[in-house]
Amino acid sequence: MKIQEIVHIINGRILTPGLDIGREISRAFSSDLMSDVLTRDYEDTVLITGLANLQAIRTAEMSDIGLIIIARGKEVGEEMVQLAESSDIVLIKSAYSLFRISGLLYEAGIKPIF
Amino acid sequence: MQQAYKVTGGDFVNAGKASSSVKGILKQLNVPAGLIKRVVVALYEAEVNVAAHAYSGDILVEIDSDQVHIRVADSGPGIEDIQMAMKEGFSTASKEVREMGFGAGMGLANIKKNSDTFHIASVPGEGTTVEIINKLTD
Repeated sequence: MKIQEIVHIINGRILTPGLDIGREISRAFSSDLMSDVLTRDYEDTVLITGLANLQAIRTAEMSDIGLIIIARGKEVGEEMVQLAESSDIVLIKSAYSLFRISGLLYEAGIKPIF
Repeated sequence: MQQAYKVTGGDFVNAGKASSSVKGILKQLNVPAGLIKRVVVALYEAEVNVAAHAYSGDILVEIDSDQVHIRVADSGPGIEDIQMAMKEGFSTASKEVREMGFGAGMGLANIKKNSDTFHIASVPGEGTTVEIINKLTD
């Protein structure tokens, strides 16, 4: 699924407009615990999280995750956006809850990583 | 090639910078993505551990053609019982660290999982040293 389609489904907003949104996403992992995110391997995966801080971006960077959805309408700081841009990680913000975003994307065909 | 980095206890803004820098170097050296991920996840967990538990830390990364050797030495409270600290789920992290998305007691076990060779030594009241060695050949 293209990122643009994900944005539409979750009524999201892209915070990193300069980055390529043509990449394909086929799987998702939802977590607020970065320790958990760091224990898995990912391919074409979106991280859905309510943790809006720099370490969410760093965790995605180390885990080779190219797309993050910040859930629950959490405030995303300019430093986060800058770090995501320099790490080539597309950042999307959505007002929906983690459960709702996960459910909508699952229904649309995005697979869990396990 | 040798790289040195400093980590400050409690600094969650800069934690991860060393790992990011090492990732960039390994990418430039055309190391396979799967091997890079193991190295940087182990190093990132170690950086976060210093930020979460210690006063300060020094990271030394030596990259050769066949391996990456990382040493993270911190000044801090040290670990009383390493065996216990290695157990998944055991944590002494503060509420602030947990709010950052860490402190679930999985870091050390994950460093070990992502290392080909892993050593940890600690002196309570002085600090902890973690050594991570990963081969760069399959």
